[in-house]
Amino acid sequence: MKYLLQRLAFYLVTAWAAITINFLIPRMMPGDPVQALLARFQGRLDTGAVDSLKALFGLDEQQSLWQQYTDYWSHLLDGDLGLSFTFFPTPVSEVIAQSLPWTLALVGITTLISFLLGTGIGVFTGWRRGSWMDSLLPVTTFISAIPYFWLGLIAIALFAVKWPLFPAAGGYDSSLVPAFDWPFVSSALYHGALPGLTIVLSAVAGWILGMRNMMVTVSSEDYVMVAQAKGLSERRVMFGYAARNAILPNISGFALSLGFIVGGTLLVEMVFSYPGIGYQLFQAVGAKDYPLMQGVFLIITLSVLAANLLADVLYMVLDPRTRREA
Amino acid sequence: MATTATEAAVTGPAGTDDPAGTRARSRRGMRLLRGRKTVIGLGILAFFVVIAVVGPWIAPYDPDTMSDQLLQPPSGAHWFGTTQTGQDVLSQILVGTRGVLVVGFVAGILATVLSVVIGVSAGFLGGTADELLSLLSNVFLVIPGLPLIIIIASFVSDAGDILIAAVIALTSWAWGARVLRAQTLSLRRRDYVEAARATGESTWRIIFFEVLPNLTAVIASGFVSTVIFAILSEITLAFIGVADISDWNWGTVLFWAQSNQALAQGAWWWFVPAGLCIALLGMSLALINFGIDEFVNPRLRTETGASRKVRMRVGFTPVTRASAARGTDDRETGS
Repeated sequence: MKYLLQRLAFYLVTAWAAITINFLIPRMMPGDPVQALLARFQGRLDTGAVDSLKALFGLDEQQSLWQQYTDYWSHLLDGDLGLSFTFFPTPVSEVIAQSLPWTLALVGITTLISFLLGTGIGVFTGWRRGSWMDSLLPVTTFISAIPYFWLGLIAIALFAVKWPLFPAAGGYDSSLVPAFDWPFVSSALYHGALPGLTIVLSAVAGWILGMRNMMVTVSSEDYVMVAQAKGLSERRVMFGYAARNAILPNISGFALSLGFIVGGTLLVEMVFSYPGIGYQLFQAVGAKDYPLMQGVFLIITLSVLAANLLADVLYMVLDPRTRREA
Repeated sequence: MATTATEAAVTGPAGTDDPAGTRARSRRGMRLLRGRKTVIGLGILAFFVVIAVVGPWIAPYDPDTMSDQLLQPPSGAHWFGTTQTGQDVLSQILVGTRGVLVVGFVAGILATVLSVVIGVSAGFLGGTADELLSLLSNVFLVIPGLPLIIIIASFVSDAGDILIAAVIALTSWAWGARVLRAQTLSLRRRDYVEAARATGESTWRIIFFEVLPNLTAVIASGFVSTVIFAILSEITLAFIGVADISDWNWGTVLFWAQSNQALAQGAWWWFVPAGLCIALLGMSLALINFGIDEFVNPRLRTETGASRKVRMRVGFTPVTRASAARGTDDRETGS
């Protein structure tokens, strides 16, 4: 329990740090890009919206930094992230609420698939070190060196343009209304197949390598040799003794690399015009929509923190040592 | 993205603390070069470094000059074809190599310096300083780097190469710092460090002459993975149009290809070469990193000696007990 509380405190500190970074960035940068945008939208913004933008981006020069900071927090706690300029006059929180489920589904499913697949392959390549499976390693190295978005471009060129098997863009058929019925869900799955495949292909290599290296390390431990000497079946030794212990660092590695994975997923969304958070970020960057950009950053960071906490809980369930120390 | 490199870094530090002293170092340096992976990696990297230096002179055309040869597939005159405005893709890639490598290495050096300073002092000083520095690096480790880089870079109008490199370095030092802290912790109580302390060596002398030399491999592998991350980030920034798109780099080429619908027009030559270059460069750096890892942790070797012919079985792996135990140790101290 103590372990969990410690982790919780750490994530709270991190969330605070991320929010403060978000607060400081627009205030440290030269020039006033938001001021320029406000001038452009003069007259079309009501006073409440102007106030919240001023609070979020620190345009009110009279206030002290501390005053600005408390204002910023009170707006944030109200869920007020300002207005989006791209989707004027929709609030940023609404834009994000619409796109977040898409990203969560895409990242969640693909991460789970690539983790299971990569760890599985890693167990075998690590156990049978020196066999033909080692020749898989250079291939995975090459694939993992390819940026996610470029793999996405290739996937579109091959499977959407050359052989039009999958749609090249979008999250669902535009003639459908989003709802939880079969036509919509199947269309969403169909549209998500290509982006999902891209993410799995680039992410799986990292898991294979991590798991292989841990398997190699673990399989020279004494308890593995004892298990072998007892005459247990090779299967049992491989899964019950070696893999079980090798998987722990892979899980903590999983939590730590979530940031990278999310970053890569954002790019895949951009390439596929997938209606998730990454595509919103892409559009926001193109339109210099600072409120939306900052809102997206905040949400991404908080989601990654939540996922990390989840991984910690999982780690605690799997590794008795963390429980005993508590 | 850079998952491989980081995964490699997880397992990398498992056995660096060989206090063999400097006498054997030059001999071991040669052994690093004997690995096939390292040699291939260094070869590819050298190729790109040469192009980065001479690229602008050997480019057959001016990358900005438009011609009437619109969207031509690869031919003798244009090896990588032309763009929609008749620019030569090969020239764009040759000229763009310099920016990619400069940002990668500048960011790598900055981040490595940061991670060494923070990681080694955290590990060596201990106490409150350690708690604070570890907290700082853990916070930076968990905050997703790429979105942060995108936000910072897009607030700065016309961000130059060096600025981009600095931003990337600022967001990517944490992993190295964490690994280095764990390693320093395990080195701090070694006999030879204690001996140095007992003979009255100053703290700085111990850090620079006793601890740092034994961290070389970890630092090198951290540097290489940061360079991979920096290169990918920079190309990404250019690709989504945050970085200055008037400078040529591989991401800029992809940016123009994407915004001119190269995919829908079937102009594969516009985006395939840049992507292959990224993948080749990334792979060469990853191979160098594996070389360092295997050099440090012989159990990971795949190509040398007996493991080639004999099918490895449990218990046959030639390894000392001490380093096997350490593999689990530094993960414990790291969290």
